[in-house]
Amino acid sequence: MKKKLVSVLLSAAMTATLLAGCGGAADTAADTGAQEATEETAEAADEVEEAAAEETPTATFGDSSGTHLEMWTFVELHAQHYQDMAEVWNEQHPDETIEITCTTYPYGDMHTKLLSSLEAGTGAPDICDVEVGQYPNVVAGLDNWLVPLDDYAADYMSTMVPARMQLYQGSDGHYYGAPYHVGAFAMYYNVAAMAEAMGISNDEVIAKIDAVKTWADYEALGNEYVSAIATEGKYWTCVDTGGVDWMWLAMAEYGEDWTGGFEGPANVQLDSVKKMMEMQQSWLKSGIAEISPDGHVDLEAGFQNILDHNVVSFPKALWFMSRFTNYMADEAGNWYIAKCPVFEEGQKCSVGVGGTGTVVTQQSENKDLAARFLCWAKMSDEGEQHIWDKLGFDVCNAALWTQDSFAHDDSNQFNAFFINYPYDVLNEIGMDNIGKISVVAISPTINEYMCTTTLNEVFEDPNYSIDDALQEAQDAIDLEQ
Amino acid sequence: MKTGKFLYSQKVAPYVFVLPFILSFAIFWIYPLITAFTMSFQKITPTTTDWVGFTNYAKLLKDKVFLLAIKNSATYMFFTLVLLIPFPMIFAVLMDSKIVKAKGVWKAILYMPALTSVVISGMLFRLMFTEYKTGQMNLITQALGLGTYKWLKNGWSGMLALLVLACWRWTGVNMLYFLSGLKAIDPALYEAADIDGATPVQKFFRVTLPLLKPTTIYVLTISVYAGLAMFLESYMLWAGNASPNNIGLTIVGYLYRRGIEKNDMGYACAVGVVLLIVALIINFAQLIMNGTFKKEED
Repeated sequence: MKKKLVSVLLSAAMTATLLAGCGGAADTAADTGAQEATEETAEAADEVEEAAAEETPTATFGDSSGTHLEMWTFVELHAQHYQDMAEVWNEQHPDETIEITCTTYPYGDMHTKLLSSLEAGTGAPDICDVEVGQYPNVVAGLDNWLVPLDDYAADYMSTMVPARMQLYQGSDGHYYGAPYHVGAFAMYYNVAAMAEAMGISNDEVIAKIDAVKTWADYEALGNEYVSAIATEGKYWTCVDTGGVDWMWLAMAEYGEDWTGGFEGPANVQLDSVKKMMEMQQSWLKSGIAEISPDGHVDLEAGFQNILDHNVVSFPKALWFMSRFTNYMADEAGNWYIAKCPVFEEGQKCSVGVGGTGTVVTQQSENKDLAARFLCWAKMSDEGEQHIWDKLGFDVCNAALWTQDSFAHDDSNQFNAFFINYPYDVLNEIGMDNIGKISVVAISPTINEYMCTTTLNEVFEDPNYSIDDALQEAQDAIDLEQ
Repeated sequence: MKTGKFLYSQKVAPYVFVLPFILSFAIFWIYPLITAFTMSFQKITPTTTDWVGFTNYAKLLKDKVFLLAIKNSATYMFFTLVLLIPFPMIFAVLMDSKIVKAKGVWKAILYMPALTSVVISGMLFRLMFTEYKTGQMNLITQALGLGTYKWLKNGWSGMLALLVLACWRWTGVNMLYFLSGLKAIDPALYEAADIDGATPVQKFFRVTLPLLKPTTIYVLTISVYAGLAMFLESYMLWAGNASPNNIGLTIVGYLYRRGIEKNDMGYACAVGVVLLIVALIINFAQLIMNGTFKKEED
């Protein structure tokens, strides 16, 4: 009898753990997605977390008598964008109205579902968002799977940032994805803290920042700040052990790319990377830089570090602006955005980081309409205005950057938050000066090895030989290609 | 008439009752298991699937990162066994005794962590163990005059963080298993022991411990598996799968890295098969040593 009781209890317990296991697994699926994008697309990650918390919401909008389009995304805010755009489209095109059913899946689920349906040749939606880290898998099917957008994007091409369009090119040279944002790299400076420490006015600080052209200038200004504040724990900048952003910037400046593009092979032993690492090691040794707490600035400890004014400058993509408005609201009015310094004058001074490309699949019964709508919703003036206002991304259509009503609208939260207008910085950078690092099959391997091993080696021990560290990295990467 | 006979047949009934389990077991366990096994011999790309024989396994043997992942998982499993069997057992015995007051409260407190999502708790632990000076752990070390420490960048302290999280979360659950086991022990045995003049310690070792054996074996079995299969805790603690020098990389973390991050499902399946084999070997070994497969003596 007792034995029976034990077995009953145990089987009850077992069932409970089984169920708990199921719950856990679902969590994993949803959340792993969230961080999957960790480094290069931290911006997407945040949105994914929000999306993952929701049950797959499906929304149908537009004209119920119009052409029906199926669409998937992994960020609910993106769905909202298409809803608003579909309504405008229907007003403008009364003879070819559309109705869209948009489903928001968790990050991992959506990409897996998309890949399996593309492979199976059935079940894929008409339009689908693809996160840049997952894009190589999807674009592998080229025009068997996806509709080339070249013709549909032609009207906008002349003003779209080229690097961002190229990011979603297939190996056959066709454009398969429409971008949301540039994710342009820029330097953020805490003008208020610098002015206080150096005993000069904000305008004088801004003049000094504007005079920074090269990394040598940047370092000199850093030395000036650090010796002015002369306080332990206060640094000019912080270097990342858990992110490759600085390396991307260096490569873009020299026009190098460690992935080697579609043809490969990957090579991390690049001069640009070495130069950046050497420079950062010297900063760590001279005490003007610290290692970013917990690895990079886009984490809670990083935000706190910025709020505590322990670092007063760092380079990050423009989507980091939303981190300021969301997590560091107290810093309003303190920060100034400027071009990143370069190693040698005349180099590119920015690089696009992160992103989501939206594709039209060959399985769509209304390819033409879907592609026209997509390119219009993501590249036209109306579409870009909406992306900036609602999603807060730095838009890829450079024609808008110079439009006063667009770029200098003070009701926009980012325009209000920073000392200068973010689009003025973009204009100063210029769309041809934004470099591109490919995201290909080997990219996750490089990023992972850098973030787990190489960057920790060379920065946690600033005397570590960079050549040795990069050789180790290259050996590890060679095993994979 | 015949259907009626079939419906009321005592021979058929048991099969009907176990059918839902058999079906879900076959669909959600056996089928993926066999598929994973076949996939482990393939090279799978987005467009093609090729048979490659033992290539994936040969590569695994030489893969230092995989060996590190096994070492991390094994260390974690070992320490969870050391910490999460004796202590919950002692807590359960205390809960079952007259010494503890307000048992409901204690049970609720100990069990509550199991109800939280690992995603949330992992994130909180990451903030507690941050290397920044405002983290809880660093506040403690600073109060002791030891300065700050990079908890999640060194091997031992990273493992410590994982174990603290595991203990915080699972102590209550294991305690409940042991409590249910204790309820099944006949009080008459304790009375008999009292009459024979046994001390509480003797009663624990001579009566409680042997009679708790079925529960202990169950907890041991699931802990071995849970320890080896741990992933989410590490993933949340390092805000991603890339921990410095892979100090937090587990076997499943490696499977995830290969299968999802690098999109190499064939290799990932080989990792999964190895995990299954390791877990099976350990568990069968301990079950055989515990005599679980022997015929029960009545």
